[in-house]
Amino acid sequence: MKQRVSLFLVAMLAFASAALAAADLEINTPAIAALQSAMQTRHNKLAAYYASGAVGLTRDGNVALHDASSIPLAERQSVNGLVADENRDRAALYREIARANAHPEWAAEVRTTFAQRWIDKAASGWWVQNPSGAWVKK
Amino acid sequence: MQNRLVGWIGTGVAGLTLAGCVTINIYFPAAEAEKAADKIIDQVWQLKPGAKPATPPAQTKGEAK
Repeated sequence: MKQRVSLFLVAMLAFASAALAAADLEINTPAIAALQSAMQTRHNKLAAYYASGAVGLTRDGNVALHDASSIPLAERQSVNGLVADENRDRAALYREIARANAHPEWAAEVRTTFAQRWIDKAASGWWVQNPSGAWVKK
Repeated sequence: MQNRLVGWIGTGVAGLTLAGCVTINIYFPAAEAEKAADKIIDQVWQLKPGAKPATPPAQTKGEAK
């Protein structure tokens, strides 16, 4: 009897550890790949504005105008457009990742995770929001 | 008597294990999400995996510090 119980426990432990070693999140879907490539292309235009401080990274996983006065008047409208497009794609990306993993309700947590990682990976000199929402230069 | 006790313990363990599986599926996998975020950010910002800054530092006047 004892042997059977311990066998049962061993089987349970093996099962539990297999379940704990959860697989990576699914990010290889056509929708996510399309968003990624659109954002990568847009980054070529946005990078200069991150560096100049015109645009910064927000604490909620978006980008926002930080110093509009540093943008030449003629470019302001196009920068506004870039920011709006980027935020639209980011929202879609967070939503798609949650959906690809069969948990649409995870979108907000995916956004929180990304917000932190965008800021962690930002180059020095870029402006980012700290947890209380104040702008700080990295 | 002992057999019944063992039976109850077995049922309890099985129940907890099942509950654990459901829990694993419901809770947000933060570590995996972070890994996924890193992969995507590295691609969008064209970072080499493991590299820290998004753009190479412009000034290279000798060693800082």
